[in-house]
Amino acid sequence: MTHRGSRVLKVGSLARVEGEGALYLRMDGGRVAEARLAIYEPPRFFEAFLRGRSYAEPPDITSRVCGICPVAYQMSACRAIEDACGVVVDGQLAALRRLLYCGEWIESQTLHIYLLHAPDFFGCDSAIDLARSRRADIERGLRLKQAGNAILELLGGRAIHPVNVRLGGFHRIPTTTELRPLADRLRRARDDAAQTVRWVAGFEFPDAGCDNDLFALSEPGTYAIESGTPTVMPAPHSACLTPESDRALPTRTFEVHDFGAHVAESQVPHSTALHSLLDNRRHLTGSLARYAISGRWLSPIALQAAHDAGLGDPRQGTVCRNPFRSIIVRAVEVLYAVDEALRIIDAYEPPPHPYVGVPSRAGTGHGATEAPRGLLYHRYTLDSEGTVTDASLVPPTAQNLGAVEEDLRRIVQERLGDGDPTDAELTALCERAVRNHDPCISCSAHFLNLTVERT
Amino acid sequence: MTASDRPKLAVWKFASCDGCQLTLLDCEDELLGIAERVEISHFLEASSADAPGPYDLSLIEGSVTTQQDVDRAQHIRAVSKRLVTIGACATAGGVQALRNYADVADFQAAVYARPDYIETLATSTPISAHVPVDFELRGCPIDRGQLVEVITAYLAERRPDVPAHSVCFECKQRGTVCVTVAHGTPCLGPVTHAGCGAICPAYGRGCYGCFGPSNSTNFPSFIPLLRRDGMDTLDVVRVLRTFNTAAPEFDTASRKELEE
Repeated sequence: MTHRGSRVLKVGSLARVEGEGALYLRMDGGRVAEARLAIYEPPRFFEAFLRGRSYAEPPDITSRVCGICPVAYQMSACRAIEDACGVVVDGQLAALRRLLYCGEWIESQTLHIYLLHAPDFFGCDSAIDLARSRRADIERGLRLKQAGNAILELLGGRAIHPVNVRLGGFHRIPTTTELRPLADRLRRARDDAAQTVRWVAGFEFPDAGCDNDLFALSEPGTYAIESGTPTVMPAPHSACLTPESDRALPTRTFEVHDFGAHVAESQVPHSTALHSLLDNRRHLTGSLARYAISGRWLSPIALQAAHDAGLGDPRQGTVCRNPFRSIIVRAVEVLYAVDEALRIIDAYEPPPHPYVGVPSRAGTGHGATEAPRGLLYHRYTLDSEGTVTDASLVPPTAQNLGAVEEDLRRIVQERLGDGDPTDAELTALCERAVRNHDPCISCSAHFLNLTVERT
Repeated sequence: MTASDRPKLAVWKFASCDGCQLTLLDCEDELLGIAERVEISHFLEASSADAPGPYDLSLIEGSVTTQQDVDRAQHIRAVSKRLVTIGACATAGGVQALRNYADVADFQAAVYARPDYIETLATSTPISAHVPVDFELRGCPIDRGQLVEVITAYLAERRPDVPAHSVCFECKQRGTVCVTVAHGTPCLGPVTHAGCGAICPAYGRGCYGCFGPSNSTNFPSFIPLLRRDGMDTLDVVRVLRTFNTAAPEFDTASRKELEE
């Protein structure tokens, strides 16, 4: 099919994403009339079957929403339920939670970088394909990923769906002796992570920019991961992204308790899979948002790597709004996570107990943490017996859909301006655009069966 | 070997979290080696390449929750020489099989503002409820070592060597003190399929049954142990009705518990 006149491009199943999604583009002459990212992942009804479970269960159960970021679900669930019960976990137990989360960031972000995203920059179908010509690079990626898994396995028991997390802390905490071999491994991983930043910084990046509001947690003094305050950095006024618009704009924050008043999810028939708006505007969570909002709190080694990779200095207010370059930001975050894991291990002193008690009480609690792919919010209502009576999970993917669709529309529109792309070229471009942001679809706890309307 | 000589591997996804497919990508030490031995013909999470069947070995993750899933399972069976399910969803319906005890319309209404847009079956069922399956690999998630064993075994055209005894054997092998005997901690180890390496007791908690039932279970003797260690009827039902709720042994035991 040529692009003259009206045409419809439908990509039945997106590859190198986690979960199942489809793309729908409708073009009217030279204009992109519609871009839709459809989730056809079947619904699994977590929010429904969490009702009636004990308040101790959501950390284990919700980890099964996503095999690629189970710790994120465990941490958001713990925070929300502890909030409902009036308990704050701090000190070394909080540090261990952050260490576990660093493991997930390293593993999950490295998976995204090497196995899902990097093949795009070489025109390869997969990392396995890429390994034929770049074996040393892929082996470095696998080694780095394995280092993240090593943290998860030691502290969590296993890499996927860790078993050691509980309300108030952990079932068992490691000794300093147990952590020592991990530190040796992480020191080697730090070199691999630094090399990863240099590797991806050398890729060729199309000019592009996203003009969405950016949304992430912030916690002054540290790069927010397992806690923080929801923070919004508004988009520049114009969709035309000038160098000036790459500067950080003043942010606004709100309490996590007010999440529902700001982030509205809605189902819309015959349109996108799901709409999520932040104060009635499209927004983007994830690496680009975190880097814009917390970049100045990166460790010196990560800041230097970001600077050397051409991302500028976030301490001077530089932000990155080019979705293709998100792979560099992700690599910087991996380097930071390795560095941060080492810092936590160096400062570790085993706490007196593996957990603090979390007595149940009636109430509603809220929890938000930074999943590798963006802000993940949980809310639970408990009765006085500690039974869950209501649950709400708002994953980053659902929040990002609107921004990703806008990105798709803009990228295709720009490409149409450059000549006559074939359907195959457009498909490849669109798939890249999705993988730039968030290749993680099964965390869409919500689902809308899409009816495709052809023109 | 050239590409055409190598056995063709396909990895499929139904309703699931992707964790079991990820286990294959988590074989960091073996991944490139496996990729040299097989032609990865269909594995959407890992590759944009998509070669048509027939396939020598199909791995299926996830449970059947839509009519399209039913049709797809039949298609995959038809184009696969060997079909292996990976994980609790594909083998026992997964955590989403909790709908099997409820009215799915209530579930839809609880989650969606417009439940009428949602197309779903009233049940979540394992792949074996729809097509014959050559082997079922258990776990939520599956174990990396067992996955490599299964792939290797089918490449060598032999049965996989995956023990069917209980988690208790693995505790003994690991040298973990029994949490039930020593601490009175309720533990599903005696009725749960081995494979995880008995992680939970090693981390000071009771097994919660994520590998599903072992090949020989004795619930009439076992459930009184859970009660002795402090679980009431609802606790017992909930622990059986989680990640392997539709496994016949767990399902029957939980129903019996509610009847009594």
